[in-house]
Amino acid sequence: MFEKILIANRGEIACRVIKTARKMGIKTVAVYSDADKQALHVQMADEAIHIGPPPANQSYIVIDKIMEAIKTSGAQAVHPGYGFLSENAKFAEALEAAGVAFIGPPKGAIEAMGDKITSKKIAQDAKVSTVPGYMGLIEDADEAVKISNEIGYPVMIKASAGGGGKGMRIAWNDEEAREGFQSSKNEAANSFGDDRIFIEKFVTQPRHIEIQVLCDAHGNGIYLGERECSIQRRNQKVVEEAPSPFLDPETRKAMGEQSVALAKAVGYASAGTVEFIVDGDKNFYFLEMNTRLQVEHPVTELITGVDLVEQMIRVANGEPLTITQDDVTLTGWAIENRLYAEDPYRNFLPSIGRLTRYRPPAETAAYAPGVAAGAAGDTVVRNDTGVYEGGEISMYYDPMIAKLCTWGPTREAAIEAMRVALDSFEVEGIGHNLPFVSAVMDHPKFISGDMTTAFIAEEYPEGFEGVTLGADDLHRVAAACAAMHRVAEIRRTRVSGTMDNHERRVGTDWNVAIQGESFDVVIDADHEGSTVSFADGSSLRVAGDWTPGDQLAEMTVDGSPLVLKVGKISGGFRIRTRGADLKVHVRSPRQAELARLMPEKLPPDTSKMLLCPMPGLIVKVNVEVGDEVQEGQALCTVEAMKMENILRAEKKGVVSKINAAAGDSLAVDDVILEFE
Amino acid sequence: MTDILAELETRRDAARLGGGQRRIDSQHAKGKLTARERIDLLLDEGSFEEYDMFVTHRCTDFGMENQKPAGDGVVTGWGTVNGRMVYVFSQDFTVFGGSLSETHAQKICKIMDMAMQNGAPVIGLNDSGGARIQEGVASLAGYAEVFQRNIMASGVVPQISVIMGPCAGGAVYSPAMTDFIFMVKDSSYMFVTGPDVVKTVTNEQVTAEELGGASTHTKKSSVADGAFENDVEALAEVRRLVDFLPLNNREKPPVRPFFDEPGRVENSLDTLVPENANTPYDMKELIIKVADEGDFYEIQEDYAKNIITGFIRLEGQTVGVVANQPMVLAGCLDIDSSRKAARFVRFCDAFEIPILTYVDVPGFLPGTSQEYGGVIKHGAKLLFAYGEATVPKVTVITRKAYGGAYDVMASKHLRGDVNYAWPTAEIAVMGAKGATEIIHRADLGDADKIAQHTKDYEDRFANPFVAAERGFIDEVIMPHSTRRRVARAFAALRNKKLSNPWKKHDNIPL
Repeated sequence: MFEKILIANRGEIACRVIKTARKMGIKTVAVYSDADKQALHVQMADEAIHIGPPPANQSYIVIDKIMEAIKTSGAQAVHPGYGFLSENAKFAEALEAAGVAFIGPPKGAIEAMGDKITSKKIAQDAKVSTVPGYMGLIEDADEAVKISNEIGYPVMIKASAGGGGKGMRIAWNDEEAREGFQSSKNEAANSFGDDRIFIEKFVTQPRHIEIQVLCDAHGNGIYLGERECSIQRRNQKVVEEAPSPFLDPETRKAMGEQSVALAKAVGYASAGTVEFIVDGDKNFYFLEMNTRLQVEHPVTELITGVDLVEQMIRVANGEPLTITQDDVTLTGWAIENRLYAEDPYRNFLPSIGRLTRYRPPAETAAYAPGVAAGAAGDTVVRNDTGVYEGGEISMYYDPMIAKLCTWGPTREAAIEAMRVALDSFEVEGIGHNLPFVSAVMDHPKFISGDMTTAFIAEEYPEGFEGVTLGADDLHRVAAACAAMHRVAEIRRTRVSGTMDNHERRVGTDWNVAIQGESFDVVIDADHEGSTVSFADGSSLRVAGDWTPGDQLAEMTVDGSPLVLKVGKISGGFRIRTRGADLKVHVRSPRQAELARLMPEKLPPDTSKMLLCPMPGLIVKVNVEVGDEVQEGQALCTVEAMKMENILRAEKKGVVSKINAAAGDSLAVDDVILEFE
Repeated sequence: MTDILAELETRRDAARLGGGQRRIDSQHAKGKLTARERIDLLLDEGSFEEYDMFVTHRCTDFGMENQKPAGDGVVTGWGTVNGRMVYVFSQDFTVFGGSLSETHAQKICKIMDMAMQNGAPVIGLNDSGGARIQEGVASLAGYAEVFQRNIMASGVVPQISVIMGPCAGGAVYSPAMTDFIFMVKDSSYMFVTGPDVVKTVTNEQVTAEELGGASTHTKKSSVADGAFENDVEALAEVRRLVDFLPLNNREKPPVRPFFDEPGRVENSLDTLVPENANTPYDMKELIIKVADEGDFYEIQEDYAKNIITGFIRLEGQTVGVVANQPMVLAGCLDIDSSRKAARFVRFCDAFEIPILTYVDVPGFLPGTSQEYGGVIKHGAKLLFAYGEATVPKVTVITRKAYGGAYDVMASKHLRGDVNYAWPTAEIAVMGAKGATEIIHRADLGDADKIAQHTKDYEDRFANPFVAAERGFIDEVIMPHSTRRRVARAFAALRNKKLSNPWKKHDNIPL
C-alpha cells in the first residue's frame, strides 16, 4: 500500500480523502493556496505544501505546481478529489510519466468520456441506452430542422463542448429549431471556442439519476445503486438521495448493468459515475460519465456501507475488488443537502466572509465511511465539511461549505432526521441556503418523491422568499417561545438588589405574537417542562433544557423534536426553524394589549435608493446631488474582498441625496444614494 | 363611610383619565401611549405606587382656574423593574399638552428628592409641549428646580430619560443632564429652538424630524444614546438597561444568575485578527463572544462608530465595555469617539461598574478639521476619564496600540489593573513605515534599505513582547481564552479599593 498520498484539492473533499487515508494508515499531503493557509484540510493533513496565489488557475489547477509538490513531499499517489484536475487527462499523463499513481481512472477513460459526442458513441456501442438524436456534426440550420423532424419534437440543441446550460436550446417546432441552432452555435463559439452542435430528443418530466460504478484494473466492475439528483438549481445539484424514490429493481438493474458495461468498454478502473436522464415512463438515457469521485458520493456510502475513497485507493494500488455485485445491498435511505454560501433571499448571490459561527449538528459517532449505517444508529448524521468556525469563505472557490447527509431505515425517517439536522446547523456571518433546503425538505412534492429536474424552477419561480409555517408548526414554535420567555423572565427577577418581599412575580398568562398571528397562552410549568395551553383549548407539552443565551434550543413539543435557532431582537426572539425566519414577541396580556396600539411601520421604499449590496468600502462616488443619471451609468464603486464593484443605475433618475463618501465602510443595505 | 371610600375611587378614576378619552384617543392615533400606559410597560405589573395624584396647578390667569385636572400633566411615583426599585415620572400629553407648570415641576422634584435620599434611579418619560405659558416665570422656575436636582443627582443615582413626544426649549436641558437619553423613532423630537424660530433667525428650512428627530440625535448630534421603533419597544429596552445598572453610587452593580461557563473557550477568536494588519475586522464579535450569553447593550450605537461602548455581564455582573472598532476609520480616535467613550467611562466609574477595554487603535485621526475642532482637549477627555477612574480596569490589546492613543486606551500607566495583549498585538510608538522614515531619514532615498529597516522595525516592535518585557503588559494571552482570562481578572478585582486625592471636583477639559 502507498505510504503517502497527496490530495490535489481543497475544502471538504480534501478533508474527506484525508479521513480515509488516515484510517488506512496512509500519510497525507495537502496543497494550499494563499487563501487557504489556515484551511481545515491544511490543518488535518500530515504535511501541507503551498502552491501559489488564491486563484485556482494559479494554484490548484497548475499541473507543474502539483507535480512539484509531489516531488517535494515524496507522495506515491495523488487523489484529485472532484473538479480542479480530477478529469484532466494531461494531469494523469504527467503523473504516469513521473511514476506516481493517480487515484482515479486511466487517462484513456478520462479522454473517452470527456467529450459529449465521443462518449455517446462509445455508450451506443456498449449498448447503453442513449437519447435518440443525431450524433454527427450539423452543418446548417436547414439540416438542423430536418434532423429535428426525424427525431421528433421537442428536441434539445446542444453544444458538443457545452456545460452549465450554455449553448443549449429547446425547440418545439421548425422555427425554434432554426433559431436555436444558430444561437447555440454562436454561444458555443464564444464560450468554448468550439461551435460543434448536436441535436437530441428533449426528455419530458426528466429526472437526473446516476449510477455509481466501481471497477478495478483486473476487469472487475460493479455498480453500487443509484443516486437521484433531480433537485438542481441551474444545473447545480442541491439535494441528492439514494436510492431514488422513482426506480424499481428492474430499472435499477438495467441501468447498473449498462453502466458497468460502459465502464468496462473504456477500461475504467476506479470509482465513476454514469449519469442518466430518466423520463416519466422510466425510460432512461445516458447523459455522460463522470470519471471521478462525485460530490454526492456519501449517500451511496451510507446505503451500501462501502468506503468509495478506500476502494479508489486500493484500485489505484492495483488491488482487485473484494466486493462482488452480489455483495452490494442497498440498505435504508440517505439524503444529502449541499450547504452553499449563497444567499437564498438575494437570488442565491454568493456570500463571502468570516464564519462567525459554524456549528454543524453532531455527527453519529459510530458511523464512518465503510461502516453500515444501520449498525451505527437508528438514524445517522454525517457532515462532510471543509470549514470551521472563525474560518473564511473566500470568493475564489466553489461556494459549497458542507454536505449534510442523513440516513434512516426509510425515506421518511431520513427526511425527518434531515429536518432536525438542518434546524440544528448553526451558520452565521455569511448568507447561506439552509433555509432554502429546509423548505425543500418540507415540500409536498419532495416528500412524495415526485420531482423532476425542473423542481426548483417550477416550485420557486419567483425565487425563495422564506417559509411561512403551517398552523401546527406555528403553535409548536409559539408554545416553545412562550416557555423560553418565561424562563428568561424568571431569571431576570433573580437579580441582586431586589426589594425584599416585593419581588416581581412572573405570571402564567402570556401572549405570543408570531408570523402576523397572536396567541393567548397559559403556561403551567413544573420541573420537567411546561404545558402551554392555547385559547382554543388545545395544549402542548414543551420540554427542553434551554437557558437564556443558548442560540440553539433543542426542545421536544408533545414528544417530538423541535429545534430552534434563537436570536435576540429588541424585546423578543428571532427564531429560525424549518426554513422560516420569524420575529417572535412574547408579552404579558397588558403588554400585548398596548403593543396592539402601536402603528405598523412600513419598511422604507427602497426603490428610489441605491443600497450597498455587500459590506464594503466606498472607493468612489461618481455622481453629485442633482445629477441626472442614465440607466447603466456608474454611480459609485464599492470595494469588497479586494474586488471593486461598480454599482450602476438601474433606471434613469435624478440624484437627490448622497449618504456616503469615499472611504466610508458600509454594511449590507446601507443607503448610498437616493433618487428623486 | 362607603360613600367616602367611593369618593376616593371616583376621584382616582377621574385622575386616571387625564385629559379625557378624546385626548387619549388622539394620543393613540399618533402611535403614542398615554403616561399611565407607559408606566405599565416600564414597571413590573402592579408595582407602581403613585404620589401626588390629586395635585393641581394654582394658576388663575387666562381662565386656568376653570381647568384643574388632577395630577397636573405628570404621573409620578415609584415601582420596580424586575423587583428593583426605580422612581419614575411620566408626562401626560393629554393634560395641557404635558406642559410643565410650577406644580408639575414640584411633583417631579419630589420623587427626585426621594430617589436621591433612598438611592434608586430616576426614569423620566418625557412628552411635553414645553413650559406652561400661562404660568410664565413660575414655569421657568419649575424647570430650574428640576435642573438643579438633575445636577445634584448626577453620579448619585442613575438618571434615564426617554423622549416619547416633543421636548423643546428649556425642557431639553433636564434630559440633557441625565445619564442616558433614549428616543422613540418618528414620534419624538428634541431641540432648543424649533423649525419656525430657525426659519426666522437663520432662514434655514428644516423639519422637526430633521432638526431634532431620533435619527439626528443618535447619528449626528450624539444627544441621544439610542432610539427605538415605538413606545413598547423603548420601554422594554429601558427595563433591559435598568437590569445592568446599580441603583445608586453606593451599591455594587447588580449580579444575576448566568448560564454561560466563565471558562468558555472561543477558538474562532484565534482567527479574528486578519493576517494583513490593514484589514479590518468586527470588534463586536469579540465583545459578544466574551460576554455572558452574548448579551451586549450598546450605548450610542449609531454615533462615532469607530469606538464601541456598552454593557455586558461577566459571571453575571455588569461590566462596561469600550472598544476601538477597526471597521470604521480603522478604529482611530477622534473628537467624536473620544467624547463618546469619555462620557461612558465616567458613567461607569461614577457607578462602580468595572471597565473592560479592547484596544486596536492606530492613533488619533489627523487633519485640520480635527485640530480646529479641538481634538487636543476632546482627546484629553478620554485620557482624563480613564486616568481618574478607580473602578476595576481590564484591558486587552488585540492588534494596534500606537502612540498616544495607546496611552489613552486604559494603559497600564493610567492605572490599568490588568493589561493583556494578544500575540497579534503591536504596541509601538507608530506603525513600522512611519517610524522607519523618521528614524532612518538618511536612507529615505534607498528603497531597499528602507524596506529592510521597516522589516527590522516590525520584527522588533510589531509584537506585544517589548511592552511585556517592561511589564506594561501583564500577560500575553491566547485569543481563544480571552473570556476566561478577563473574567478571572475581574474576579480578582472584586475587592479593589482605590481612591483619588480629596478635591472639590476635578477640572476635566470640558
